[in-house]
Amino acid sequence: MREQSMVPEPEFESYYGRQIIKTPTWKTPDVPLYLFLGGMAGSSAVMAECAALTGNESLERMTRLVAAGGAAVGTGFLVHDLGRPERFLNMLRVLKVTSPLSVGSFILAPFSSLAAASAASQLTGRLPVLGRLAGLGAAVFGPPLVTYTAALLANTAVPAWHEAHRELPFVFAGSGATAASGMAMVLIPAAANPPARRFAIAGAALELTAAELLRRRLGMLAEPYEQGRSGRLMKLASRMTAASAVVSWVGRRSRVVSALCGATYVAASAITRFGVFEAGLASARDPKYVVIPQRERLAARAAAGPAPDVDHAPEEQPTASS
Amino acid sequence: MTATPEAPRAGGIHPNSFHGPLPDVAADAGYVDHPPRKGFFTDTSVCIGCKACEVACKEWNEVPADGYQLSGMSYDNTQALGAATWRHVAFVEKPLNPTTTDLGLPGMGPPGFEGYESGVQTAKPRPEDQATESGDGSIRWLMSSDVCKHCTHAACLDVCPTGSLFRTEFGTVVVQQDICNGCGYCVPACPYGVIDLSEDDHKAHKCTLCYDRLKEDQTPACAQACPTESIQFGDLDELRERADARVAELHEKGVDVARLYGHDPGDGVGGDGAFFLLLDEPEVYGLPPDPVVTTRDIASIWKHVGAAAATLAGLAAVSFLGGKRS
Repeated sequence: MREQSMVPEPEFESYYGRQIIKTPTWKTPDVPLYLFLGGMAGSSAVMAECAALTGNESLERMTRLVAAGGAAVGTGFLVHDLGRPERFLNMLRVLKVTSPLSVGSFILAPFSSLAAASAASQLTGRLPVLGRLAGLGAAVFGPPLVTYTAALLANTAVPAWHEAHRELPFVFAGSGATAASGMAMVLIPAAANPPARRFAIAGAALELTAAELLRRRLGMLAEPYEQGRSGRLMKLASRMTAASAVVSWVGRRSRVVSALCGATYVAASAITRFGVFEAGLASARDPKYVVIPQRERLAARAAAGPAPDVDHAPEEQPTASS
Repeated sequence: MTATPEAPRAGGIHPNSFHGPLPDVAADAGYVDHPPRKGFFTDTSVCIGCKACEVACKEWNEVPADGYQLSGMSYDNTQALGAATWRHVAFVEKPLNPTTTDLGLPGMGPPGFEGYESGVQTAKPRPEDQATESGDGSIRWLMSSDVCKHCTHAACLDVCPTGSLFRTEFGTVVVQQDICNGCGYCVPACPYGVIDLSEDDHKAHKCTLCYDRLKEDQTPACAQACPTESIQFGDLDELRERADARVAELHEKGVDVARLYGHDPGDGVGGDGAFFLLLDEPEVYGLPPDPVVTTRDIASIWKHVGAAAATLAGLAAVSFLGGKRS
């Protein structure tokens, strides 16, 4: 448990209270839904291969369909979010490691093709060997598809995203696992589906732990994850995930309980993405999240020793902030 | 300051390509034979807030109007840089001195400030505030023409997935409008909040440092229009020397508040191609006090993404293989 600080927030100055960085122009719900669907699809592809390896045919079939469907619909949202959707193929004219959106395009494009091919083979029963190979390929691109979206958010100047770059990939990995296994629990009768239940519990533990670490490490930048609309979404999602994990274990003999828990996992995963997305927007809109951490950074650097090229200006006495 | 430019290695990557001082930014981008890096030095101590730069920029670059919005922020109705605003003149009004004397007289300052309602007059400006004294004795004025910084390490360029944003031979950063697909990644990547998507064509727009004029050996429109030479254009090395001399001169005259912003190649963005002389803290003008290019951390970001992906695959394997007889 963390204590509420009794120290008043540090004073900071701004230009008429205006934000410094721009609010991301990415649309809601397009982008949070893409983050969610990409996570679910990528994890489903991994589940499909695991199910195939363990001879769990019904689970394999369902997860292949979810992987293909999630990727297709998610890609639709991603393209729709572009200012100029007709130019979406321009994403593939260069590959840049400095741009997670560029790298992600080269993950999403093969993933969705391979997932679609393996699902088509599964549905029609044609070319089973090629279909299986395609599924294997999708399972290779799956985990990066789940976690690269954390890099997409973190590699920006948005304080609550950038400073969370160590934990966000793990939050998204756990959230993707709960979404995919939750969906499998809805689609497959409980008796045939203990692996999905276990995978969901593991994902829930990963997500909740990573989110807690994130909040502890971020200091004042954790505020958007705890307060306001984004904070409410994050709290709701983590409670739903935790409840599903517990109830799905206790009521593991009941199909109804399993399906309900699965649906709750899926919803919670989506809400997590909306919460993380909104937290970033909130931190972009308030200049204090830009100014105060940067001021603290400068102060720490000044305390550590003289910089090679210091500002010539002396410290001004504090003036009234507007 | 005048580090000898390292010889460009064909196809090579400078160790500081992502972060840190980079002596020859155009060579790092692949230009073998290129003109010296160009930039702006905006000396806000002589800015008179005429907004000729805003107008000249709009006219030359045919940037659309942004409508008539009264902001209530002093004379600044432009408000911020954006897709249709590539120069923005900030007007800062602040009470000059917290030390006050109650003379029991009606107030003189503009509404909204202490002293207007109560009739309290602020004391005379201190000598160090001379450069910013407006004349009415109670309000300190700061004016500053903001612009794209054309960073040495430009986050907008780094994150652009289409290659639409590129580094020119002059070391500046420009959007190719025929490539941009409006993904908007550059918008939250910029640590200064400069670039934005246009509501008209849904593509990203920002200052080009008048790339077309530079190619014809012309001065950018804003610098040419500036009547007080607050906006100075030239070779970046020369501008940095000029700025150092100007700060020294101001300090000599007692204007201790003068400081440079964005001039240091050791800062978080490797130094700005467009840098400033300010008379107060950067955040007072709406500038971030310690901007850092997000790509500085890209290695750490990918490392954590990879570790999380491996964790996910591992958890799946354990969940399935742990109970094979399902």
